[in-house]
Amino acid sequence: MEAVATENELYRASFDSFAEGRRGEPEWVGKIRSEAFARFAELGFPTVKDEDWKYTSVAPIARTVFTLANGGSTSPPGPLPEGEGVQIVFINGRHSPRLSRMPPSEKVQVWSLSEVLRKHPAWVEPHLSKLADYEKSAFTAWNTAFLDDGAFVNIPRGAVLADPIHLVYLSESQGEPTVSHPRTLIMAGPDSQATVVETYIGDANVYFTNAVTEIVLAQGAVLEHYKVQKEGLSEFHVQTLQVRQERASNFTSHNLALGAALARTDLNVIFAGEGGECTLNGLFAGAGSQHLDNHTLIDHAMPHCMSRELYKGILGGRSRGVFHGKIIVRPDAQKTDAMQTNKNLLLSKEALVNSTPALEIRADDVKCRHGSTIGQLDQGALFYLRSRGIGEEDARALLTYAFAADVASRIKVASIREGIEAFLGLRLKPSAEAA
Amino acid sequence: MTSPMLEIRNLHASVGGNPILRGVDLTVQAGEVHAIMGPNGSGKSTLAHVLAGRPGYEVTQGKVLYKGRDLLSMAPEMRAREGVFLAFQYPVEIPGVSNVYFLKNALNAIRKHRGEPEVDAMDFLKLTKEKAKLVQIDEDLVKRPVNEGFSGGEKKRNEIFQMAVLEPTLAVLDETDSGLDIDALRIVASGVNALRAPDRSMIVVTHYQRLLNYIVPDFLHVLVEGQIVLSGGKELALELEERGYAWLEKEPAAALA
Repeated sequence: MEAVATENELYRASFDSFAEGRRGEPEWVGKIRSEAFARFAELGFPTVKDEDWKYTSVAPIARTVFTLANGGSTSPPGPLPEGEGVQIVFINGRHSPRLSRMPPSEKVQVWSLSEVLRKHPAWVEPHLSKLADYEKSAFTAWNTAFLDDGAFVNIPRGAVLADPIHLVYLSESQGEPTVSHPRTLIMAGPDSQATVVETYIGDANVYFTNAVTEIVLAQGAVLEHYKVQKEGLSEFHVQTLQVRQERASNFTSHNLALGAALARTDLNVIFAGEGGECTLNGLFAGAGSQHLDNHTLIDHAMPHCMSRELYKGILGGRSRGVFHGKIIVRPDAQKTDAMQTNKNLLLSKEALVNSTPALEIRADDVKCRHGSTIGQLDQGALFYLRSRGIGEEDARALLTYAFAADVASRIKVASIREGIEAFLGLRLKPSAEAA
Repeated sequence: MTSPMLEIRNLHASVGGNPILRGVDLTVQAGEVHAIMGPNGSGKSTLAHVLAGRPGYEVTQGKVLYKGRDLLSMAPEMRAREGVFLAFQYPVEIPGVSNVYFLKNALNAIRKHRGEPEVDAMDFLKLTKEKAKLVQIDEDLVKRPVNEGFSGGEKKRNEIFQMAVLEPTLAVLDETDSGLDIDALRIVASGVNALRAPDRSMIVVTHYQRLLNYIVPDFLHVLVEGQIVLSGGKELALELEERGYAWLEKEPAAALA
């Protein structure tokens, strides 16, 4: 334990100088920061002996010394997501006003978090770091210690936004392994309706994106959230998405894990009021030696809530996927209706997936179902397609796409859906995989 | 002289190491319809699958020439592009892929192989409407995922619909009649009959004589224990209906004499 703590102590000097530079910030922020760093140093990095990290070793992260990324250039390292409307862009965790398109109207607030902390800290104080618990997670503690910039989205009461709001986090090479800690806070006001897209993109270098996103849905809010993870293939990516749903709110998540060498997402949803509904759609598609881990937790803490979860994994090459889906139904959460499905497709002999549904039910009048499958491409279907003239490679791509079709078809933002279709059509072909 | 459509010479094939075909000889000329009958396990479906190139069906001896060319050296998709079509006994369900999308891809793969331009969406739609009418298949089924949730009859009709769209030169129908009621059988048969053409040959594999009342073959062959033991005209079907296959199984040599 001491040895591990020492590893994290490596970041103390970096933390001290970072904190030194932020003396002007509100006292409560400084306090959270110091506590979080202390906790980070104390916890150390998780090991495979931790139940939650059983199938994912973060040793490559623990043994790399990352310097804190700073800003970066003003030109994007790669193409930005296509689309119109509001877009706030961050390079190496730092807001890039030049690449951002800010909202023209007062219908919605989209700010850089660092600017909010300077000018209007009271806006974020009720929620910032109140949802994502840094006591238990070293990565959340690390992010919170270096909490600085990221997106703040506030959808006012009753606002109905037709166009998605894009939050884009770019990582760009700085010559040595760097870490950035993007922090996002999304507040969906009562009876509001909106779509928010978080996209993570990187180039081919080694960095670590250690993100934390907190989302609050007020009573009656409807929020559709997308996470599109397309990091570079040498990159490490860890994110905790912490969601709190008040009464009769409706949350939909689309979690698309496509990039990174090692990626882990913890998506935690808690029903804090009655009558809430949440839908979690996920797709993780790995090739080469990628390792993609998705942990979800749905906490039915209140009665009359409904959750629907569908995660699909497609793994080729020597890649490895992890799905861990926990559903807790608290003793008072009667009339809970929860359904979880995880299906996995292995495209090669070396690919591997660990699927663990975990239901913890403490109420007696509930409906809970879960199912998990792991399979390969249906040889019969493959031959059927080929017998009609479709080439083997195209047939494999078509069947692979078909496997993910139900997750893809639920994606409402056309540019994302088309991107997924193109991705599945191209990158998952066996020839592309071998390359 | 043009080569026959299909020439099968002393074909031996195994599945999972078990010999199934033990020396099949068969010649099919352009425009002919040949029926192959035989008891269960005689190798009828194996022959159909070997012709289509199904992986796992190992040819151990003999050769198959399609329009004078070595069919067995071609990958399944190449056979299809060259005009070979297998109507499956058990059509495969493919959730997530619509029938039209699948068929448009298949047709364009074939057209591309022939050096023809790809069909556009509008022309393809027109084509599928016309062909759907031919086999009396509901247009909604055409748009649904391939065979998913189709009844047995709908699956078989979908096979013939695909055949109508892809217009093969050699069609192998593997027990297309099995499991069909009389109405479905008539529809499937009339679809097949509509596709008979001087430049198109068909091999109709069936267990029951009934189908041959509707699809009248030019020749009929009886396959027993992996060999064709008897060949004749369509009237042979009636004899088989009366006498069954047992007399052929016991003394194949005598029957041939």
